[in-house]
Amino acid sequence: MNGNGNGDMNGEGNDTAVEANESAANGPAAGDGAGGAGEANAGGTGARREQGAVKPAELACPQCGVVVYPGEAFCENCGRQLIAGRPGSGAPRPSGRTRCVGCGEAAVDGEGYCEHCGMKQPADRDHLEVELVTPGGPVAGVSDRGKRYARNEDAFAIAPHTTGVAAVVCDGVGSSPRPETASRAAADTAAAEIATALGAGAAPGDAVRAAVRKAAEAVAGLADSPEASPSCTFVAAVTGPDGVTVGWVGDSRAYWLSESDTSPSAALRDTGELDSSQVTADLKGDPNATTPDAETLPLGPSRRLTDDDSWAAFMVASGALTEAEAEAHPNAHVITAWMGADAGEVRPHVRGFVPDRPGTLLVCSDGLWNYFPGAGDLAAVLRNAQADPAADPTGAARILVRHALDAGGRDNITVAVLPMAAAPRTEQDR
Amino acid sequence: MSDQPQFTVKIDQNKYLPEGGREVHAIVSVESAGGVAAAAPAAQAAEVIIIDTSGSMTYPDTKLRAAIAAAQTAVDTLRDGVMFAVVSGSNSAKMVFPQQAALVPANERNRAAAKAALKRLTAQGGTAIGSWLRLADQLFDPYQAGVRHAILLTDGKNQHESPEELQAVLARCAGRFVCDCRGVGTDWEVAELRKVANALLGTVDIVADPADLVADFRAMTQAAMGKAVADVALRVWTPQTARLKFVKQVMPNVQDLSAMRAETAPQAGDYPLGAWGAESRDYQICVEVPPGEVGKELRAAWVKLVVPGGPGQEAQVLATGNVLAQWTDDEALSTKINARVAHYTGQSELADVIQEGLAARRDGDLDTATARLGRAVKLADEAGNEAVTAALRKVVDVLDPATGTVRLKANVEKADEMSLDTTSTKTVRTRKDETVRTRRSEV
Repeated sequence: MNGNGNGDMNGEGNDTAVEANESAANGPAAGDGAGGAGEANAGGTGARREQGAVKPAELACPQCGVVVYPGEAFCENCGRQLIAGRPGSGAPRPSGRTRCVGCGEAAVDGEGYCEHCGMKQPADRDHLEVELVTPGGPVAGVSDRGKRYARNEDAFAIAPHTTGVAAVVCDGVGSSPRPETASRAAADTAAAEIATALGAGAAPGDAVRAAVRKAAEAVAGLADSPEASPSCTFVAAVTGPDGVTVGWVGDSRAYWLSESDTSPSAALRDTGELDSSQVTADLKGDPNATTPDAETLPLGPSRRLTDDDSWAAFMVASGALTEAEAEAHPNAHVITAWMGADAGEVRPHVRGFVPDRPGTLLVCSDGLWNYFPGAGDLAAVLRNAQADPAADPTGAARILVRHALDAGGRDNITVAVLPMAAAPRTEQDR
Repeated sequence: MSDQPQFTVKIDQNKYLPEGGREVHAIVSVESAGGVAAAAPAAQAAEVIIIDTSGSMTYPDTKLRAAIAAAQTAVDTLRDGVMFAVVSGSNSAKMVFPQQAALVPANERNRAAAKAALKRLTAQGGTAIGSWLRLADQLFDPYQAGVRHAILLTDGKNQHESPEELQAVLARCAGRFVCDCRGVGTDWEVAELRKVANALLGTVDIVADPADLVADFRAMTQAAMGKAVADVALRVWTPQTARLKFVKQVMPNVQDLSAMRAETAPQAGDYPLGAWGAESRDYQICVEVPPGEVGKELRAAWVKLVVPGGPGQEAQVLATGNVLAQWTDDEALSTKINARVAHYTGQSELADVIQEGLAARRDGDLDTATARLGRAVKLADEAGNEAVTAALRKVVDVLDPATGTVRLKANVEKADEMSLDTTSTKTVRTRKDETVRTRRSEV
């Protein structure tokens, strides 16, 4: 079933694959020499920024080519949507014709039915796919209603900035009213704010914090009363020459999947996922510290980048339950932090990372990670399906969503796939 | 205002299927309004009246006299300018009017001449319905663009040609003209004439009393004169992996169209509906689809009302509708049966059980006859089909309509048995439909 879709996706992705492979080819070389690149971060963001050999290019509208400001939702010249992820007006895949999500034939008619197999194409938020070209290559997001819910309460937004891209995934809290409005508002607000702040010269961590603040305000503003406040989780990931910055509230997650773990030739390789408690320990001093960019961590093998604000995570962290016990508990999905009028002040966790090798940044809702909790699980899905995220991020995102659906699809599923070459300048810093 | 009626297609169904569900049923209601008959329809029309003149028509002589009077009324009912002819049938077909094998326009002089020729008709020889239809087909040949309608009246069995010969002629004539068939007296065979009517998209009925022929012929001719579009077809597309199980007309009468499918495109076929005036008809379609995942929605059939173009011509699409399938694990949704689907499914079964019951009765299998006709009484009662209920009550004594408990009557008039047979396929709408029927909406 997937085979069809995949083959097509790969075919379509060929144009971008060339670019992506070229940059990826430089990656391993840089990565090889950077066995212990982690320490190189001592120089900090500022130093690297000054050293940046290339002045970031200005951001241009992919449709008309006019220079646009990061964070703008639409091109002022041609009206093209610049932040992708809104249903309906979402930027279509650049490669054109609509293919049936069921049989893969390019036969979808104006009413949204496939003229080959008859399948109704998922409408708007039911199934949304976007792919956009960023300075670092193509990135993609796919969101699906899943099998059990009547609507998709997840939302995502992807905004390019001058040196990379910001992706935000939000998951509406099911017990709150109109959760789909909360996730939508949070994702849109945050993606635009991150790109705007970065365009104005802010450090990525500060941009994420400012975005969380604004998104939380936007979500709180949706409430009719504190008792009836639409709510959502939040996770943002920002790529750039400085590496990766993630920020989150709740149990939506970001992962790093190293290319060596996702490429088919790496079969049976141990993904060597880091013990997340070790990472937490690194930042334990103050997870909401104002200067975590100075504490960027090296990013090598595949691993999870976020720690859930959830009952389950708390119980595991406090040693009360094992991870398996916590996951199986009815409270497993109770979150301990969220955005909403009843959430009080929202303080995100923010972390910075510098990849020492090429890989893929994955940003997702629990509809995906419920079935594939470990970075190794996610990498294996892509590897076994012979996905190539760098060449075809939409294809990779589809495969992940497909597997979550096949595994039961009990929740909405959203995943953003942001392929990255290795951060090249970490060496020069040395 | 255009002369073409406005067509609408409406779909009634429950699209929800349980997990693993495969069978999708829907009622397709086709309605046309406007553009017809008030002024003379622009469509060219051709009419051929075929009168049985086999020897039996003079036993009693009232049959031939009534047939002649009825045909004369039909001729009078023809609109000016309609191309027409009158044919007489026995072992072979002969032109009554005009003398040459061709149609002539209806006008005062030709009507008078046709009626005079009818008056001179005598009856002798046998019955070879196929040969009559072959001549009609030849007469209609130059007028394929317009409305083409024939009336066929017979009083006997098709004894003077083989069933194969008749079948071959029906295959030849299908889609070339519409033919309403009438049997006068009780010596003809309902099943045989029904086959002719079904193949030629017409109706079949018994006119037991020759005196009723005149009114019946007038009504048929008037209906034919009201047709504004000559050839309409239901084009049904189904998914690559689906199978169309049947397409039936279910209103005003039950008629299985499945075998009439003409492939028109990959995954699509046309089912001929004949000519249309200002009227509404309902169709039932059943599609078998591969089971889908819960939450998935499928277009199980895409129904288009079309006027198929000639070779190389694009079909004109008059209206469209979607038959859907969506799988759900909510039993409250998937177990609901659409009221109209249930209603017409019941009436299709009604036609079947009446015909089976009558056949069993003729064969002396009284248990089967009682069971089938009892079931028919129950179904007719549920559907509110009073015409069928009345016809059934002439053949069985009804002890309890709710359970379908009946006793076969000892003595049944042949005409009553045949009436029940011809009535069996005539359907009624659901009662609550009555308001819907008068609604007119633009496409």
